[in-house]
Amino acid sequence: MSEGRSGAEQRLVTPGMVIGPSTGKHAGSGAIAQNEEFIATRLGWLNEQNDVVSVRPINSAYMPRSGDLIVGVVAEVRNNLWFFDVNGPFQALLPMSLAPWKVEFGSTRQHLGIGDAALARVQEVDEAHNMVLTMKGIGLRRLNEGCVVSIPVNLIDTLRGDNNSMVSRIRDLTDCRIIVADNGRVWIHGDADNMFTARELIQKLADEGHMNNFEDAVHALEQQRGEN
Amino acid sequence: MGGYGDVKLLRDDGKRLDGRTVDEMRPVSIEAGVLPAADGSAMVTHGLNVAVAAVYGPMEAHPRKIQRQDRAVIDVRYNMAPFSTGDRIRPGFNRRSREISKVTAEALESVVLVERYPRSKIRVEIEILAAEAGTRCVGITAAAVALADAGIPMRDMIVGVASGKIEDTVVLDLDKAEDNYGQADLPVGILPNTGEIAFLQMDGDLSIEEFNLAMEYNFKAASEIHELMVDALKRRYERGDN
Repeated sequence: MSEGRSGAEQRLVTPGMVIGPSTGKHAGSGAIAQNEEFIATRLGWLNEQNDVVSVRPINSAYMPRSGDLIVGVVAEVRNNLWFFDVNGPFQALLPMSLAPWKVEFGSTRQHLGIGDAALARVQEVDEAHNMVLTMKGIGLRRLNEGCVVSIPVNLIDTLRGDNNSMVSRIRDLTDCRIIVADNGRVWIHGDADNMFTARELIQKLADEGHMNNFEDAVHALEQQRGEN
Repeated sequence: MGGYGDVKLLRDDGKRLDGRTVDEMRPVSIEAGVLPAADGSAMVTHGLNVAVAAVYGPMEAHPRKIQRQDRAVIDVRYNMAPFSTGDRIRPGFNRRSREISKVTAEALESVVLVERYPRSKIRVEIEILAAEAGTRCVGITAAAVALADAGIPMRDMIVGVASGKIEDTVVLDLDKAEDNYGQADLPVGILPNTGEIAFLQMDGDLSIEEFNLAMEYNFKAASEIHELMVDALKRRYERGDN
């Protein structure tokens, strides 16, 4: 798989579990050092790379970082800004100055209404989770067509694969446009049948991602398509 | 609380009314991820107790006045279903559930790394479907598994266990009759890896020796329950086993 893991070295850890001695190593995400030992703080797979011990969580909330590409859904509209649901603990704010259109004060609703989806980028996040989005940039736009599937945030890397290899395979396979956003939402657009196939495949990843069988599922579909 | 002297809770052979020895726990089973809509969930069956816990969040804390700028707040709602006991319980919050919600939230706040999620709220809902003494402990255990299932970072998984005293004998894990007619009850929340105590209440009187023995029983039971908690989470996620 993309993370370079093989089945044998997988170790599932639970919060509070002692992972090993901390001498000469650093605690990464999902681990803390306590009494010269590393303690896991999350449920997930143990990962050790370059003297950094971390836990790859099975389940985690989306924590925004500036520069993230996200698919947001408008939750609230004011006269000069929009609030987006970005699949995280807090709503994000898109001021009209950072929208891709020339927006007059009071005419925000003409461009994006409640429930509309848009592709945006995180402009900045502060320590109190205040989050500002921007839609000025290449490819950032309102999503008028296609569908959006949500996957757990920790499975984004699996879906993308090394250098987006996995998502490219799915694109080729289903002839769909697919955008994997950093907040765990995947936008898919193609003709109805292909979109359905892509959706099913990605939904399977969302449901069974912890079982590490996604590559097999993609491979099986490739074979099936190859035969037809 | 002196107990009820005329109620016999220990048999002549030294065992308890349900045949358990003094340091024997009721059977426990734990299942993680029982509710599809929740971010994390767990069901714990402990004797005849059944508790379901659901965790939602972290999410924006509402109303804003409960937000803390430097950490998350844990909002626990402990509730007993109206059908959980023989006498119907009037639905809704009451004094007892408010108290248990508060102590559970405080216990969980000491293990969850709340400083990671400033201004947010983690919602923990504990529903007691069937009650047979010791529901607050079962609720805490269920909440800990549900929090782990939801991917909330924690220092340890807190385990709720209780010991008590009946007929001047310290026993582990009181059942309903022992709880009602016994002399003391000592529910605690234990962090099994460090041996720290995150929550402790005592109802009735225990001498220092009795207290120490009760705590010894509690620690032993906590490590047994902790193994079941870890096992439940592993069963949910271990590859090929789901």
